[in-house]
Amino acid sequence: MSDFWRRFRRNRGAVVGLVILVLVFLLAAFAPLLFPGSPWDMATAPFVPPGEEGMLLGSDSLGRDVAAGIAHGARISLMVGAVSTIAALSIGVSLGAIAGYLGGIADDAVMRFTEFFQTIPSFVFAILLVAIFTPSIGSVVFAIAVVSWPPVARVVRAEFLSLRSREFVQAAEVLGKSRLSIVLTDILPNALSPIVVLSSLMVASAILLESALSFLGLGDPNLMTWGFLIGAGRSVIRLAWWMSVFPGLAIFLTVLALNLVGEGLSDALNPRLARQRGGAA
Amino acid sequence: MTLSRRGLLAAASAPVLMSVQDALAQGVAPRRGGTLQMMLTPEPPVLQIGVNQQGPTLVAAPKMFQGLLTFSPTLEPQPLLAKSWTISPDGKEYVFSLQEGVKWHDGQPFTADDVVFSITKFHMELAPRARAIFQLIETCEARDPLTVRIVLKQPFQPFLLMFDATAAAMVPKHLFDGRDYRTAPAVQRPVGTGPFRFVEWQRGNFIRLDRNEEYWKPGQPYLDSIIYRIIPDSQSRRLALESGQVLLSQTNDIEPFDIPALRQRQNLEVHTAGWEYFSPLSWIELNHRVKPLDDARVRRAMSMAIDRNFIVNRLWFGVGKPATNPVASTTRFHDPAARLPAFNVAEANRILDQAGYPRNAQGVRFTLKHMALPYGEIWTRLSEYLRQAMRNIGIAFEMESTDAGSWARRVGNWEYETTINFVYQFGDPTLGVERTYVSTNIQRVTFTNTGGYANPQVDALFLRARTSAAAAERQAAFSEVQKLLIEEVPQIWLMELSFPTIHDRRVRNVITTGLGVHKSFDDVFIAG
Repeated sequence: MSDFWRRFRRNRGAVVGLVILVLVFLLAAFAPLLFPGSPWDMATAPFVPPGEEGMLLGSDSLGRDVAAGIAHGARISLMVGAVSTIAALSIGVSLGAIAGYLGGIADDAVMRFTEFFQTIPSFVFAILLVAIFTPSIGSVVFAIAVVSWPPVARVVRAEFLSLRSREFVQAAEVLGKSRLSIVLTDILPNALSPIVVLSSLMVASAILLESALSFLGLGDPNLMTWGFLIGAGRSVIRLAWWMSVFPGLAIFLTVLALNLVGEGLSDALNPRLARQRGGAA
Repeated sequence: MTLSRRGLLAAASAPVLMSVQDALAQGVAPRRGGTLQMMLTPEPPVLQIGVNQQGPTLVAAPKMFQGLLTFSPTLEPQPLLAKSWTISPDGKEYVFSLQEGVKWHDGQPFTADDVVFSITKFHMELAPRARAIFQLIETCEARDPLTVRIVLKQPFQPFLLMFDATAAAMVPKHLFDGRDYRTAPAVQRPVGTGPFRFVEWQRGNFIRLDRNEEYWKPGQPYLDSIIYRIIPDSQSRRLALESGQVLLSQTNDIEPFDIPALRQRQNLEVHTAGWEYFSPLSWIELNHRVKPLDDARVRRAMSMAIDRNFIVNRLWFGVGKPATNPVASTTRFHDPAARLPAFNVAEANRILDQAGYPRNAQGVRFTLKHMALPYGEIWTRLSEYLRQAMRNIGIAFEMESTDAGSWARRVGNWEYETTINFVYQFGDPTLGVERTYVSTNIQRVTFTNTGGYANPQVDALFLRARTSAAAAERQAAFSEVQKLLIEEVPQIWLMELSFPTIHDRRVRNVITTGLGVHKSFDDVFIAG
């Protein structure tokens, strides 16, 4: 473990990313304490510029506190990112494992199915799903999960294909272990590192997707999210730039942090790759 | 009492009329020439009024087509194609004398036959609103080429309001009679009697109208031509106005949030008048089939919890007026004495406490679904404001989003709990207010009494006002129904909507009637 941390630490960017991410987590966790009450409450006059009348980041067109919106929005963004990634992982890992381990017809069937999803532009597909199921937090998470599992399935399948012919797997088969237990206890732990790296990037893209949907007015109308804040501020950007700039920064920093952490994880989990990269640089 | 109030209204209307004429007299002498560039949003499918009755057509078509009458800001009828008119004492017989020497754009004379055709055939077939009123006609005949006589089955006092160009424009019989009105060649190249004739329409780009040299008003129109530009993006429209590429914006061209900045510009004037004939009124539409919305005390408390000044000033940037009453203040028979109770959250909470709707541990008395009106961002903001206002009295609004098609379907099918709606009043409560409150109009159709409010007293009062020929008697019935509706608050009225007309200061005489930019523009000119 300390070895892992040492390798992770070597990537400066990853450490910065981790720090930002921890700050965002803290902001989300303490949002109800920092900004008590609902982020929808009209706290002051509309269009108060940042720093005036106790509004750190200004107020929006209804006099709502933009800072409170960002803090409460962090909860939703992180939650959507986490839940939809977990959902996408469970679909992607199971299908990838089936395809990679069983091979043959099962592999063909699963891969054609995956390609079917991959050929549809993911954002358009997500809009379609949300529009069909009417915008709510559930339908947004569902749509993001449905459009983001195919890459997971492909990565997992590739890992399984290479691992299943290894000697330790053959040994397990000879020992008479059940297929399920081979997949879960022998192959999966060895395929974990690319999945971990991929999922950190998926959280980032899920946050972006959710923001884009909210920006278009397809978010849950009962929840304050970053995308909603930007969407609401877009039309008055010449009057109140702070309404879209600060939530935009929040998205930018969070997504950047997740990407940096993802890279750090990749370095830490694949020491050989990291060394090669270091050597080249 | 009511007689004197009616008298007061009439007295109040005279100075307004005079001031408009004074303004015309005092203004700069009309200058002939120049092209007025404007915008039309969104692009209409056709410009033939009647075949299409949507907003953009109603704005552009009256430059080419005219009605028998037009209306002052206080909705008094003014002559247009009808030089004068008489109404029999029993309120059943209307005789219109037409202007002399009026020609269609193709050179044919405009006669009483065209009027009869337009009323009894063209609009009867095409326009549902006209059909509902014109079916009251028993006979409509051309007494001579310049006189039309109409006899109604029963007196119907708002009848004259149907003769504006936006309601029943005169169309040429010789180009439509015997053809399919929707596909006749004239639909693509409109021919009217108006001050401007159709010249060119490049789809997605512009519509051009030129001066009608044979226009029947001597010396008019002043403008050489009118060009409507089609600019789909609202920020581009604002830039076009700011940069002087267009000299006038109207209806939905400019978003409310852009108005404060445009008010600051020295070369532009911002007007919100000119919507008196339409008088759109917005409200929270309640479905009375959903408990506890059938309880008048709940509705009264909800109404009292809303700060209408906030809505007008903060959301609509001062374009519009807080609603005081189910009849807009610019509609005839509005009773200024009937006013909604003032904004008072404490009192609203007290009413709900007394009515037996206690708050639970979370401070919520009950939860209602609320469907925002999907007509653009400002309506979403309005719903967000209302949700907070309702939270203050312990009512939780759970928001639902829809698209425009689903909104109309769900409201039409009564599949909603609360939503936002706005409806045109067309100058008279019988034409535009009655339909929302009478139990005989509870239909599975949008813009009827979809809320399902039923009150025999309200029905009787509206019926009395509809069938009575005397204005004083109608005023009495309308005053009573306004007081009654304010007690009952069947729908929670929010705001008298208006749309800004913004134009260069050199453009004169833009808003002179109760129809604003829907008029013919024959007296509009660009000062040097």
